[in-house]
Amino acid sequence: MLETAISLDAFYMEAKKRLSTIVETHSLTKYFPVQKSFIERVFTRKADYVKAVDDIDFSIKRGEIFTLAGESGCGKTTTGKLILKLLEPTAGKILFNGTDITGLKGEELRLLRRKIQIIFQDPYASLNPRMKIGDAVGHPLEIHRLATEDEKKKRVLEILTKVGLTPPEQFINLYPHQLSGGQRQRVAMARSMILEPEFVVADEPVSMIDVSLRTTIIDLMLELRKELGLTYLFITHDLAVAKYISDRIALMYLGKIIEMSSKEEFFSTPLHPYAQALLSAVPVPSVERKRKPIELRGEVPSAITIPSGCRFHPRCIYMTEKCVQEVPHLFERKKEHWTACHYEIDFQRGERLYEIDYGKQP
Amino acid sequence: MPLLEVDSLTVEYRARRGNVRAVDNVSFSLKKGEILGVVGESGSGKSTLGLSLIRQIPSPGVVMGGSIRVDGKDVLTLSEEEMRGLRGRKIAFIFQDPMTSLNPVKTIGAHFVELLRTHEPDLSETEALGRAKEILKVLGILPERINDYPHQFSGGMRQRIMIGLAIALTPHLVIADEPTTALDVIVQAKILDLLKSLRDTFGMALILVTHDLSIVLERSDKIIVMYAGQLVEQAERLDMQDKPSHPYTQGLLRSIPNIELADQRLEAIPGNPPDLLNLPEGCRFQQRCPYVMEHCHKETPLIDVGNSHFVRCFLYGG
Repeated sequence: MLETAISLDAFYMEAKKRLSTIVETHSLTKYFPVQKSFIERVFTRKADYVKAVDDIDFSIKRGEIFTLAGESGCGKTTTGKLILKLLEPTAGKILFNGTDITGLKGEELRLLRRKIQIIFQDPYASLNPRMKIGDAVGHPLEIHRLATEDEKKKRVLEILTKVGLTPPEQFINLYPHQLSGGQRQRVAMARSMILEPEFVVADEPVSMIDVSLRTTIIDLMLELRKELGLTYLFITHDLAVAKYISDRIALMYLGKIIEMSSKEEFFSTPLHPYAQALLSAVPVPSVERKRKPIELRGEVPSAITIPSGCRFHPRCIYMTEKCVQEVPHLFERKKEHWTACHYEIDFQRGERLYEIDYGKQP
Repeated sequence: MPLLEVDSLTVEYRARRGNVRAVDNVSFSLKKGEILGVVGESGSGKSTLGLSLIRQIPSPGVVMGGSIRVDGKDVLTLSEEEMRGLRGRKIAFIFQDPMTSLNPVKTIGAHFVELLRTHEPDLSETEALGRAKEILKVLGILPERINDYPHQFSGGMRQRIMIGLAIALTPHLVIADEPTTALDVIVQAKILDLLKSLRDTFGMALILVTHDLSIVLERSDKIIVMYAGQLVEQAERLDMQDKPSHPYTQGLLRSIPNIELADQRLEAIPGNPPDLLNLPEGCRFQQRCPYVMEHCHKETPLIDVGNSHFVRCFLYGG
């Protein structure tokens, strides 16, 4: 009797966890083979790979905005494309609502795509210049055969109103070149939202948009989340924007997540030396700021020749022999705060304090 | 005498659909060793302003009026020959994209040798290479890499090389148009640190043209805000932070996220920038301005609010 009670409890716990997690990745990996000339192929046996995404695990809770941050080439966009099934992973698994979608094909994949949508970075490139706004926004409904002509028209007008393109009747017959960058991004958002997705990947949605219009787009994303109950994976290089919009942040470096925590933790007590350096380099709209010197050497190495051990070690001022030898794994150092570094570091005093005991629970 | 004096500069692009006044009646001056930040969004005229200072406005752009004086000489009246002497020696320009501004089939050394010997024909190749190595050291690049080609360097290193070429003849004024926009933040911070330290060492003046208000607040001595071709506000950076006066500047400052603030509320500027082919009469910010008044539809005076702080807005008199 007692036993069943416990297992039932465990069952509910598990079910609850399932319900609250919308996307999960397990050891997600993507290597791209490097193109070589014929001669090179003859003389070198081993193929070279760009390790764009290298064994990453994370889960996104329903309703949250989860940010993948990092510099160019860190693998954040590739991760987004893997989750959207625009790329096939080299290894690892992706779960959506608890179901493995890694190998999904054909009809099943088409059905999945209704629930997962994307907003691209460049609204100048992501809209067909010969398609009127109304047609572009309604196109997903046609592809998925979800509405009659009349219904489609009604839903297009509704969604255009929702993204702030009002009065919508004025916009449906315009072409993209007649709109500003901010308006185009709203059109792109309307097109993603018209299928009422559960999960949206937004890849640098404001970095091509003028500063004075960025805030309106970000606010719109937040509004739509509330109204449509969305979950976002937000991909950005801009930590200031990430701080404004996210609930949780994962920072990537050369294909790996090296720090992951709530937004508050990430900005107040970063644990990884790279996160620390990145934060001190972000410009701040204020004169008085005492800029901390950026404690880091050189630039990001190529993702083809990834350094041994900790891939950040050649640039790290705190590195030791252990960092050259052993790969640090993402470890829950504090409650809900993971980092991939062998050491506890006092950044104020610039001192390495002690080695992390990986056996210890937070 | 100031190093640079721009007076009532007006530049137009003459297109078939009409003339676009990209720079409208802009005046400012710059002292030796000063850093001026020019901020604006796309279409504000900031890049055209920078390019007009070295007389490199792309076609169909034409200077319609005003003057640009460098050390008292009007740049606009110089012959092409005299202008070439001025570029590089007196004024240098750093472009946004270091990959397209470097010649991919020439070594870094060859770039420096060509530049130095064009301006100093008596210099031997060995001497020129020696100078180039000295410059690379200042930039934090190993002098041994002088025989490498541009593609062998990372983006940040290439931008360093561009900066090196710009300062090789120790110009009095360097104009950098979005010098770090293509770069990651860490590299960006290091490049901006480098520019500042070069200013401190060589005493050159610097014009930093960018869309990023945070960068200019952190890095410049004085700031110009451009909007739709007009200078809407000019102030020392402390004033710009503490007393931003033009409604557009105020709006910008309220809409920029700051990672050092907890729970920041951002406020967006409503509306869109005006169509440059179809500008409203009077103030160009009128459609987006919360304080718009009757006479804003007719004219916009540039008002001196003291301490070299200028605002183009009726709220401050006029």
